[in-house]
Amino acid sequence: MTSYTVGEKKLGLVIDLDTCVGCHACAVNCKEWNTGGHSAPLPDRDPYGADVTGVWFNRIHTFEVDDGECGRTVHFPKSCLHCEQPACVEVCPTGASYKRTEDGIVLVNADTCIGCKLCSWACPYGAREFDDDAGVMKKCTLCIDRIYNENLEEVDRVPACVATCPASARHFGDLGDPGSAVSRLVAERGGHDLMPELGYKPVNKYLPPRAGRARQAAETPERLEAVAADTGSLFLRWIDRALSR
Amino acid sequence: MAGADEVIDTSPKVHDEVKTTTCYMCACRCGIKVHLKNGQIRYIEGNRAHPVNRGVLCAKGSAGIMQHYSPARLTKPLKRVGERGAGEFQEIEWDEALALATEWLGGIRATDPKKLAFFTGRDQSQALTGWWASQFGTPNYAAHGGFCSVNMAAAGLYTIGGSFWEFGEADWERAKYFLMFGVAEDHDSNPIKIGLSKLKARGAKFVSVNPVRTGYSAVADEWVAIKPGTDGLFVFALIHELLKADRIDHDYLARYTNAPWLVIANPGKADDGLIARDEAGNPLAWDATTNAPANALSADTKPRLAGDYTLPDGRKARPAFHLMAERYLDPQYAPEAVAARCGVPAATIRRLAAEIAHAAFEQQIVLDQPWTDWAGRRHETMVGRPVSMHAMRGISAHSNGFHTCRALHVLQMLIGAIDTPGSFRFEAPFPRPCPPPGKPAGKNVSPNTALGGMPLGFPLGPEDLLLEADGSARRIDKAFSWEAPLAAHGLMHMVIANAWKGDPYRIDTLFLYMANMAWNSSMNTAGTMAMLADKDASGAYKIPRIIYSDAYFSETVAYADLVLPDTTYLERWDCISLLDRPIGNAEGPGDAIRQPVVKPDRDVRPFQDVLIDLGARLKLPGFVTPSGAARYPGGYKDYIVNHERRPGFGPLAGWRGIDGDKIGRGEPNLDQLDRYIENGCFWKHELPHDQLYYKHANKGYLETAVKLGFLDKAEPIILQLYSETLQRFRLAARGHGPVQPPDRHRARIDAYFDPLPIWYEPFESSAVDTGAFPLRAITQRPMPMYHSWGSQNAWLRQIMSNNRLYVNKDTAARHDVADGDWVWLTSHHSRVKCQVRLMDGVEADTVWTWNAIGKRPGAWNLAPDAAEATRGFLLNHVISELLPERDGYRYANVDPVTGQAAWFDLRVRMEKCDIAEAGVTAPSFAALTPPAGLPARPSILRYGADLK
Repeated sequence: MTSYTVGEKKLGLVIDLDTCVGCHACAVNCKEWNTGGHSAPLPDRDPYGADVTGVWFNRIHTFEVDDGECGRTVHFPKSCLHCEQPACVEVCPTGASYKRTEDGIVLVNADTCIGCKLCSWACPYGAREFDDDAGVMKKCTLCIDRIYNENLEEVDRVPACVATCPASARHFGDLGDPGSAVSRLVAERGGHDLMPELGYKPVNKYLPPRAGRARQAAETPERLEAVAADTGSLFLRWIDRALSR
Repeated sequence: MAGADEVIDTSPKVHDEVKTTTCYMCACRCGIKVHLKNGQIRYIEGNRAHPVNRGVLCAKGSAGIMQHYSPARLTKPLKRVGERGAGEFQEIEWDEALALATEWLGGIRATDPKKLAFFTGRDQSQALTGWWASQFGTPNYAAHGGFCSVNMAAAGLYTIGGSFWEFGEADWERAKYFLMFGVAEDHDSNPIKIGLSKLKARGAKFVSVNPVRTGYSAVADEWVAIKPGTDGLFVFALIHELLKADRIDHDYLARYTNAPWLVIANPGKADDGLIARDEAGNPLAWDATTNAPANALSADTKPRLAGDYTLPDGRKARPAFHLMAERYLDPQYAPEAVAARCGVPAATIRRLAAEIAHAAFEQQIVLDQPWTDWAGRRHETMVGRPVSMHAMRGISAHSNGFHTCRALHVLQMLIGAIDTPGSFRFEAPFPRPCPPPGKPAGKNVSPNTALGGMPLGFPLGPEDLLLEADGSARRIDKAFSWEAPLAAHGLMHMVIANAWKGDPYRIDTLFLYMANMAWNSSMNTAGTMAMLADKDASGAYKIPRIIYSDAYFSETVAYADLVLPDTTYLERWDCISLLDRPIGNAEGPGDAIRQPVVKPDRDVRPFQDVLIDLGARLKLPGFVTPSGAARYPGGYKDYIVNHERRPGFGPLAGWRGIDGDKIGRGEPNLDQLDRYIENGCFWKHELPHDQLYYKHANKGYLETAVKLGFLDKAEPIILQLYSETLQRFRLAARGHGPVQPPDRHRARIDAYFDPLPIWYEPFESSAVDTGAFPLRAITQRPMPMYHSWGSQNAWLRQIMSNNRLYVNKDTAARHDVADGDWVWLTSHHSRVKCQVRLMDGVEADTVWTWNAIGKRPGAWNLAPDAAEATRGFLLNHVISELLPERDGYRYANVDPVTGQAAWFDLRVRMEKCDIAEAGVTAPSFAALTPPAGLPARPSILRYGADLK
């Protein structure tokens, strides 16, 4: 059992389900950054064979929501949500899993992880990734080797998934600061927790789809009205029309 | 040490060096920054300064590392030693490979150059490859456009002088209503995603008209589940509604389109349906002031849009608009008349028409931006119709795609929504004349002689076709023949079948680059493989020689006699040229380069270098100096800098001139590539604000376009609502003019060369018993995968390594098929076995799958039992390259106007397969053995372990 302290700063991601088109850019860019990053490598077994499996910190799930005419296809990116009450940390027998006080990021210390997988059993979101090659648990680090990296331009100090997202569906910031851009975004768009009923208080938030098809229809008539009783009158109207080049 | 005491290096060194270049993981041409560390590629990211992707990068681009280090990379030139298709090769040196190619090609050129068929795939150097073909002297050249989206390109270029995809884009910043037709996920990948995000953030409505609700359709505000191939009818119904309500932009039509041009009504005569013209050849309109015909191009003419008029010579004429309105006001195009065929309720069509009109006219945009029109008149504002549209392969890949695309452009014209604020916008160097100048060369083919023009072009009438005296095709693919008169991109998909059959003649050498014709780029894949390996009675191959260049061990490699191994995109120079498919956007023209960021570690050469080398060895004009020495001894890099297509104009437009201070036109600049590299490997010219809209009629823009070489004259480009070009072909079919179609083709030309857009049932649906084949079947590409060349990618194949057949739940229930069942999918041609996935978001009579996921066992250096080979399948197996026989003849399965491959016309039936047959796809093919030089497949990848 590992204890932790929740600080004021809560770095996390805000993911916009209104514009996520399920392109997997975030997942693959995460993979290429992190396979040479803090948790390197993110190995791939049988990479060109029948049973390819690899370590990915971010995966996209696609499913349909069936509610009749307004059914949706949902693309749902999911990575570690850096919970305020991380079950994965609580169950860690060695203290390898921990939550940083200074920014809330949940990490695994590879040197002390014994690969017992208790954390992955405890994580309600299935967000942990076991590296069976090294025998240690790995996970999203929120690109801890980018966000404070003084070798990168300031504008690049965001997680790789955020930087690369073509649909601007991913945002990064301090969700502990109600005045931050991400907090305001969550407030404006009604952002929500993933499975809040479980009580782990995930820091990452999801923005729901915007209003949708009703948006335009409410302002416009259901159909256009014919302007002439018959086609002949319509043509007379056009013949008479004064036009210039 | 407990976790919390971990010492983390939060500022690790990221790279030793960063090099910019242009991505080639798809055709999108994004700018990338490649981080290099310890001599390896550490990380690839989007270049924030780049005008295409503005810093973002998709899944494909992010997986470039795995593409570059793939164990499927070819390593050395190969010469076939076994039977064709068996994949038995001997490694040879480049000297031998090039000598062999020179010997083969030299013999052809000295005797009959058309016996070389040179076709390239997703080639971004067509300005070079097409020019090489023309210098060689063969008309038998094209790239992959014929099986990709020539319908969009041709319909757009003949109609508006631009097109969707890379010739135009939505006004993402200002559109208030956005309509997307059909699958478009791969064109133009990142710009559309960036744009959709902006559009939705502003609260604009996004309507997706698409049989399938995935990708972009998944985030649409409204999904219209249309039946494949019926979009044209749907668009006509929208036009019908707009016309009835007179919710159209009369001023726009009068000023910028040929709607007022007078069309001669002289049934049965040679001028029927042509535009009435004055003695100087100017089109005529009926002038309201003088009540007489007047030059339609004159700024002073006050044109009538409708009415019956008599010309001074007594001939009757009507404005094109009148003919158009008459056609689409017909009750056959009313929403209720088309609803059932489109699968879209009439009330929905009516509402969408009302929404389009509302956005266009109630929400019009007025920018306080003065501009000067083509006639020199100053306008204080720019008025916009903020309805944008986009369409790509979903429209294109049908046999009625050309006309459907024209219908879309007519809809855009009617509401005044082409290149105005908020609407569809031309991407410089477009608009160009409708169509652009340049007719296909190939009327004269002689030994040791260049072609006298480029092989591909834009015919304006029957006299521009490439025909033998008996009216048969001169080209191996029958492009620019009566079977595909406006085949502006050629018909690569017919080359192998025609060459095998000797129809219209036999060839000697098939030279392919980067085109997987023995697999996912061909219809009738199994048949195509058999044709490639087929022999005549004497034991000789029916296609005598095949040369193939590819970077990877694709399925097609096994069928080559000579394999020329290419580099990866990170190992070579390249240019994304204004002569070809540049990177300009609506804000201005641009072009780009690739620079080698890593050195090849194999005995491979960039294909473009090889082609230039072959050109010099063959002494092709243009590739040698007057003394016979190599003109570009430095290869493609040398050519990019020093080649001039005409004086002052070369592959790259930026930093021209001796001092690098000219754009567009200027002498070659020896430091040009350095300037590109300093600028992130691209050049972009930003247009001033008064040139950003109305480019087709904007004096400032037109003058810029002349300066940069896009246009010859600063004259307005009149959008062609009515196509006189099409009518010229139709008149020939009706017995007029010196060049007429053989009787076999007359009715077809007459029917499909209608000068106004028409809709007809996709050919396969009218040729087969739709009761026996009740379902329509289509494909699309997954966003993370593009073409087959992503299939061996260790990361991307974890996202998808096999493809299911997606079936509507209700449809599946009617077939007694459950999720996960294996089914036979049968067409009039063949059958394929695949596994079903149920979904709601697909039109009920449509089934679909992901394209190019299925692989032949062993290809791409994948394990023979990889999921791609055992559970991945190609719909290509059940698509025939020929339509069923009718009146003793089988036409190609293509659009009758352009020759575009009609992939999406496919009709099938679905039957649950026997339980004993479940679990593995069929047809199946013998496993390919990778050439000896390829590395063994690793059992584990730890990429990056030494980069931390």
